Amino acid sequence: MENALSSPLQMSAAPVRHARRSKRNRSVIPGFGLTMGLTLAWLSLIVLIPLSTVFIRSAGMGWADFLAAGFSPRAVAAYTVSFGTAFAAALVNAVFGLLTAWVIVRYDFPGKRVVNALIDLPFALPTAVAGIALTAIYAGNGWVGQFFEPLGIQLAYTPVGITLALIFIGLPFIVRSVEPVLEDMSAEVEEAALSLGANPWQIFSRVILPAILPSLLTGFALAFARGVGEYGSVIFIAGNMPFKSEIAPLLIITQLEQYDYAGATAIATVMLVASFAVLLLINLIQAWSRRRMNG
Amino acid sequence: MRHISRLRILCAAVTAASLALAGCSGNEPKGGNAVEILNVSYDPTRELYEAINPKFAAAWKAESGQDLKVNMSHGGSGKQARAVIDGLSADVVTLALAYDIDEIAAKGGKLATNWQSRLPHNSAPYSSTIVFLVRKGNPKAIRDWNDLVKPGVAVITPNPKTSGGARWNFLAAWAYAKAQNGGSEAAAQDFVKKLYANVPVLDSGARGSTTTFVERGIGDVLLAWENEAFLAQKEFGEGKFDIVAPSVSILAEPPVAVIDGNAKRHGAEKVAEAYLKYLYTPEAQEIIAQNYYRPIDENVAAKYASTFPKLNLVTIDGEFGGWQAAQKKFFADGGIFDRIFTEIKR
Amino acid sequence: MNTLSFIRARHLLIAAALAFIALFLVLPLVSVFVAALQKGLAAYGAALIDPDALSAIRLTLLVAAIAVPLNIVFGVLAAWSIAKFDFPGKSLLVTFIDLPFSVSPVVAGLIYVLMFGAQGWFGPWLQEHDVQIIFAVPGIVLATIFVTFPFVARELIPLMSEQGRDDEEAALSLGASGFQTFLRVTLPNIRWGLLYGVLLCNARAMGEFGAVSVVSGHLRGITNTMPLHVEILYNEYNFVAAFAVASLLALLALVTLVLKSIVEWRFGYHHGSAKH
Repeated sequence: MENALSSPLQMSAAPVRHARRSKRNRSVIPGFGLTMGLTLAWLSLIVLIPLSTVFIRSAGMGWADFLAAGFSPRAVAAYTVSFGTAFAAALVNAVFGLLTAWVIVRYDFPGKRVVNALIDLPFALPTAVAGIALTAIYAGNGWVGQFFEPLGIQLAYTPVGITLALIFIGLPFIVRSVEPVLEDMSAEVEEAALSLGANPWQIFSRVILPAILPSLLTGFALAFARGVGEYGSVIFIAGNMPFKSEIAPLLIITQLEQYDYAGATAIATVMLVASFAVLLLINLIQAWSRRRMNG
Repeated sequence: MRHISRLRILCAAVTAASLALAGCSGNEPKGGNAVEILNVSYDPTRELYEAINPKFAAAWKAESGQDLKVNMSHGGSGKQARAVIDGLSADVVTLALAYDIDEIAAKGGKLATNWQSRLPHNSAPYSSTIVFLVRKGNPKAIRDWNDLVKPGVAVITPNPKTSGGARWNFLAAWAYAKAQNGGSEAAAQDFVKKLYANVPVLDSGARGSTTTFVERGIGDVLLAWENEAFLAQKEFGEGKFDIVAPSVSILAEPPVAVIDGNAKRHGAEKVAEAYLKYLYTPEAQEIIAQNYYRPIDENVAAKYASTFPKLNLVTIDGEFGGWQAAQKKFFADGGIFDRIFTEIKR
Repeated sequence: MNTLSFIRARHLLIAAALAFIALFLVLPLVSVFVAALQKGLAAYGAALIDPDALSAIRLTLLVAAIAVPLNIVFGVLAAWSIAKFDFPGKSLLVTFIDLPFSVSPVVAGLIYVLMFGAQGWFGPWLQEHDVQIIFAVPGIVLATIFVTFPFVARELIPLMSEQGRDDEEAALSLGASGFQTFLRVTLPNIRWGLLYGVLLCNARAMGEFGAVSVVSGHLRGITNTMPLHVEILYNEYNFVAAFAVASLLALLALVTLVLKSIVEWRFGYHHGSAKH
């Protein structure tokens, strides 16, 4: 997952540069046919053909049925919950992830290496484990939840709980996206701005933010995409109330369990299209940032 | 040639992997002295079949000389039926309600549609009902269904779309409200709407709801299988919860069936049938009663009469015209449950 | 803006970041171990040597042992073809390889049900030939391969692109075969990136829940992986055992993080090969 976040960033840049350099001479390196053939075959077998089942099943439904199943009021409510909580979590992470990345890159403090390693915990910790742990903490009788219960605030089993779980899941996406860019920025620019009389807020908004914006947006989009589809860590802490705290992946499972394959595939199709859209958006952000850097 | 040996290991691993992938193909018919069957069941029966399986295995060993292993799978009743329809090769299913087994018969072609007449008592070797589990001392004074719709009462029940127990809950509430209002369906619908407006968490299975109520401390009352309520009391200490029996409830008959198509393929028809018939024996009925399911054997029922209070129970056939009709009216897409939730939507 | 207020701001920022990490990352981790050891070491040990727990551990190891090597092979092949050659549609191909990252795990499970379920495309044929894919080990392996599909490839593609093909071209001009070139030149160049990708691929393979849950069938002791077993124990009011198995998975996560950090510190590897 690590690579998912930062490599789209570097990835798309690298081949382009490479391509420009080597267009002149055809490669002497062997194995293109073999490796490309195997790659395409394996990709088709594991990813493309299975994913196509969803579209083909949906296509067989006809527009009216598809819209009725994929955009029923309950499905729309589930998308709202899934997309809304994912967006809120990504927003919180954009602030605190940026703060964390800044602290790790710019400051020295005891235990920094441990903190740096811990950032990736959500990538390594199985989502189901995260789910039961977060539920235990945020339930009304849990370590954290008990302080909110007397105030009449319920964390677990509400959209707030879902958001908390998605903050956990999404944090490393932001930190790891922003980190390399912050590392590249020398402190001299900020010092120069400071010596010219800029205040910290001006430095942040005029110097730092513009430089890191593309990577921050990429991290945001990755965290958002992951959050929309997340199941394991959310399912324990979501209240599962239709129209209120029911997430879209759960609705797919619910539809399946009522033998409603058409409904399940319609919702799956909507979510797949959303995934494509987010991937496209990430690519556009990167193209934009490349253009900006070059021009 | 360090790299080459490393590559060899890699190749070997891949080969082994592909072999393993090709080699794994479900339960093959097992000859000779060992036999396996798969019982796909619903959520709260874990403890029951954990107690029944070794007893039956011993009885089967004595009868046929075969070593029997009963594999179990548990989950929400609808989810389990869906898995069987999708190819989970269950030899027997023991689900929460007849509708789910009807679906297996209708969609899989592995089971005759008259399955329910093949075993005594509509193929239901035990029954149960729906009761209320409340917190110690019943602080919200919940005595009957009409206490559940009061403002400020939080009711925990699973989603009827996926949970069998939840469907029984829903229907019991409906039956009560309809009787209270002189048979008015509109009043009944209004009543269940108010009831579900008081539900803060809608888990997908009965076990999820119990965990929410008991372990997470959410809600004032749990609508639960009678057996599940007793079990929660036993697992978490007698003093923590009280069981309240409502004035009207529903006779829940969780049915069982041999999935002929699968059992035949595994060569396990005989043992699968014997397994289900065993559930009707006095020995098994005793275990059933000990696990808080209501036994159908009269002698055993008499012995455990003090455990199970006599309740005023409606039946699915008498009150709702059978499961097919009830499912269509209440729980199908666009049915009454969907409608009340569209209205509740806050 | 004097120096003092800068130091103060700095401490404030560090404190805020640490508090956030403590609350959101450390607390859940600690709670797993606390809950697992709630009833003492004996109960903890008993939960782990339970036959069903052992078979879940075995299955998880088996699934990872199949899925990870296959994804290593695929990842190297894909990275080789993408990084060392130019062809039209390259970024489309890369997007396709990325897809499993953004597909919901539930959808990942669903697609295999639609393919191999009794009501699916190949269902009738599979039943006729008595081959069980979903609700058996092959289905779990397939779903796991799907969700871990991009890990190795995604780590290697930028790394190999960055390294270019000069080294390989030199080796080839000296008369090495293509395969020798890969083993002696490319592989040593990418080994840390490969290890890094494998670590994360393995962590996800062992920990996947959503996709595996859809295709598993939840047969006790047969098709329950560790994460599924955690859920089952949790649903059986057996919280100590649930958290005990969960703590094993959490340990796995910690080991992954330690190994990853070692790769980073000791060998100076930065993932994504970011040579900015």
